[in-house]
Amino acid sequence: MKIVKEAVAGTLESSDLLVKVAPLADDKVDLVIESEVMRQFGAQIRKVVEETLRQLGVRSGQIVIEDKGALDCAIRARVQTAVLRGAECKEMNWSALS
Amino acid sequence: MKLRRSMLFLPGANAAMLSTAFVYKPDSIMFDLEDAVSLREKDAARLLVFHALQNPAYADIETVVRINPLNTPFGLQDLEAVVRAGVDIVRLPKTDSAADVHELESHVERIERECGREVGSTKLMAAIESASGVVNALSIATSSCRMIGIALAGFDYVMDMQTERGDGTELFYARCAVLHAARVAKIDAFDVVYSDVNDEEGFLKEVELIRRLGFNGKSLINPRQIELLHNAYAPSEDDVDYAQRVIAAADKAEKEGLGVIALNGKMIDAPIVDHAKRVLQKAQASGVRK
Repeated sequence: MKIVKEAVAGTLESSDLLVKVAPLADDKVDLVIESEVMRQFGAQIRKVVEETLRQLGVRSGQIVIEDKGALDCAIRARVQTAVLRGAECKEMNWSALS
Repeated sequence: MKLRRSMLFLPGANAAMLSTAFVYKPDSIMFDLEDAVSLREKDAARLLVFHALQNPAYADIETVVRINPLNTPFGLQDLEAVVRAGVDIVRLPKTDSAADVHELESHVERIERECGREVGSTKLMAAIESASGVVNALSIATSSCRMIGIALAGFDYVMDMQTERGDGTELFYARCAVLHAARVAKIDAFDVVYSDVNDEEGFLKEVELIRRLGFNGKSLINPRQIELLHNAYAPSEDDVDYAQRVIAAADKAEKEGLGVIALNGKMIDAPIVDHAKRVLQKAQASGVRK
């Protein structure tokens, strides 16, 4: 999936996260994660985000995440929403999003 | 005995509420993708609910999703997501006729086949929100073997009736029509939301009315209303005591081969015994009223 425009999903409310995506000229994923619970859960958050990006087939793009203590299910949903918006994707493959 | 006293509404786009609502332990949780979600957040809410439904925290609680109407650009996409995610019940808003349920059912069955889910495992309920829906309540309630209940939605209904919410008189016919349809179809009936969460006295007065009418429960918009509702629906100690004596008298009569059951000089017939059994089942499931 190719990110073709800037897009945002989520909020900065507690238990949520804000995800910003933007296209990159280079063939790489530039991932920045900030979290209030980075010390305890940073590795888990990164794992969930990277797994979600891999499932979506994202190979290029800038991804910036501000986490406010969201559960894994909310992280997956917000990353998918931002990427699908940034890729202008209208057709959903639900089995690839589980 | 499956109790459906409380159906807690949660806005589908609110990550915080979706992450914590299971702790309040309503009988059912209803994720809302319709009126509680703005047009530009429909995609985000659909994905949040899709993943929340698969969260193990919701494994032990009945999940319901109110999808957008199928005649909007969102309804079918909502359905694709929630059936695949394993929702227990799909709630169809603005149901005016049995044809609305038939259309929903055909889509649900197709999606179940496509994703490998057992055909028939997705249950349905219909929200009645118009005069047409109330008039057609019986055909809606009996429209599908997947139907588990029908719910009256007060705000849209009173708008359609060109009136406004008041003391309940404006809902009297609709409540009775929906309730009778549910009882004929042997499914559950749910009353409207009580929107003033700070008016505990008014809420309890309405709960007492709908409990006595025979509704199974009520849609709720605030977790604070759950305990009040559950307590009001629990049988009293006197109810339980009387039910136990009815069952004991029935058992004694059966052992003695008597055709007529008597308790304190009064004759007890089969409907009273059945009612006593239901009271004891409710007491076992929900405790005794405090």
